[in-house]
Amino acid sequence: MKSKIILFFTILGCFLLQTTVMNGIAIGSVKPNLILILCVSMGLMRGRKSGMWTGFFSGFLIDMFYGSVFGFYALIYMYVGFLGGYAYRIYYDDDVKIPLCLVLGTDFLYNLAVYALQFLLRGRLGLWTYFYRIIIPEMIYTAFLTLIVYRIFYRLNHRFLTETKKERESTWVLK
Amino acid sequence: MKKPKLKKFHIRLNLKSRHLLAIMTMFCLCCIVTTLASGVSTDSAQNVAGFFVVPFQKSISAISSVLDTLQDNFRDKQELLAENAELQAQVDSLTEQNNILIQDQLELERLQELYDLDEEYSDYPKVAASIISKDPGNWYSTFMINKGSSDGIRVDNNVIAGKGLVGIVTEVGSTWATVRAIIDDSSNVSAMTVSTSDNCVVTGDLELIDEGKLSFEQLYDQEDKVTTGERIVTSNISDKYVPGLFIGYVSEVSLDSNNMTKAGTIVTPVDFAHLKDVFVITVNKQDYVDGTAEESSEEDSSDSGETDITEEDSLEE
Repeated sequence: MKSKIILFFTILGCFLLQTTVMNGIAIGSVKPNLILILCVSMGLMRGRKSGMWTGFFSGFLIDMFYGSVFGFYALIYMYVGFLGGYAYRIYYDDDVKIPLCLVLGTDFLYNLAVYALQFLLRGRLGLWTYFYRIIIPEMIYTAFLTLIVYRIFYRLNHRFLTETKKERESTWVLK
Repeated sequence: MKKPKLKKFHIRLNLKSRHLLAIMTMFCLCCIVTTLASGVSTDSAQNVAGFFVVPFQKSISAISSVLDTLQDNFRDKQELLAENAELQAQVDSLTEQNNILIQDQLELERLQELYDLDEEYSDYPKVAASIISKDPGNWYSTFMINKGSSDGIRVDNNVIAGKGLVGIVTEVGSTWATVRAIIDDSSNVSAMTVSTSDNCVVTGDLELIDEGKLSFEQLYDQEDKVTTGERIVTSNISDKYVPGLFIGYVSEVSLDSNNMTKAGTIVTPVDFAHLKDVFVITVNKQDYVDGTAEESSEEDSSDSGETDITEEDSLEE
């Protein structure tokens, strides 16, 4: 229970940072996606379910304040967390290269999903411009931020949230 | 009786992640479909969440502004002196400009009396607000301001900055409001040209954001009177935007392939990347239509009523 509360506040904190501080460090009005890093890291470190819930709640927050369609970002971030969870138990989570690759991949998919579902459907066909202008810079910047932030998430997970990890593993073994 | 219940609860917790994903996907899709189909508002949930989130955002933006001022305090004396000299020169040139503007203003007032156009910006009741947070993604341009329904802001209120139209309020909480900028890719504004009063639609376009431009389309201008530099303002037939708000200058015009309408781009005078303070006009277009404008703007509405009548009269003639 304690770990869930901590996770909730982590999500809230990341959302706050994303909407305020990230604007300050945006380069060419492209900002890194901290929320996506959080979802992927939680998926990688704690499994599919955990990544999924993290994604769902952070997407939910975005929908609540900024989304035009309710449930859209919750859906996308949920899948991001879920995809991140596939690496759980395959890779060790103490190496920063794995989350780096995962973040690059999921950020690409996330942006492609936003483009396909919200821009292409309204007849915006300049995919190359969006690629060049938004998707690629955001991927690079987000990957860069991962190098810094992943350590913090890793430490957070192992200091405060490990309890649940043991619990999770035990239920899994029982099954 | 109690034991089986507990068991059930336990089984639900141990759902396989794939099934859980399917269930949550269905839930999200249901949300999307319901909001698309009926436009169910999530006001209450938003207010509760805003109660948690907005104070933090406000304090973070306050801290960042404090840091900014600190940074300013550490400026070099030489730098300040140079800046002072530069500003002095600017004051001189501005005074000169101001003199010209005052003359223009007098002329404008005279012309306005002639045209019965008293719906200027300054007539609308406004509330000043500052931006506390922005959209978390890179695809849209929405932001949150630190004033809400307790300051008289309502959904569909127009937002302006010093130089021109900024956007429209889309969601309102008690102490915050979300604004969709006109450069947002999903924004559409019904506008008109100042000199010829031809209507057009101004849309935000993500591909043009870098150049600080908007695109416009469906401009019907058979006599080729609209040229580069033409001023574009919100039109009087828009149902969301109050008339006469300045949007920008035309920078390119081209004839559509149908040989009837024109399209092109508009340069907006507002610097959206560094926008910090905005004004919210607390009167909606709908108030004018219904004739239920707030007391502070009663004069305006009656005046606008008269203008409408005179316009109709002149049309009939």
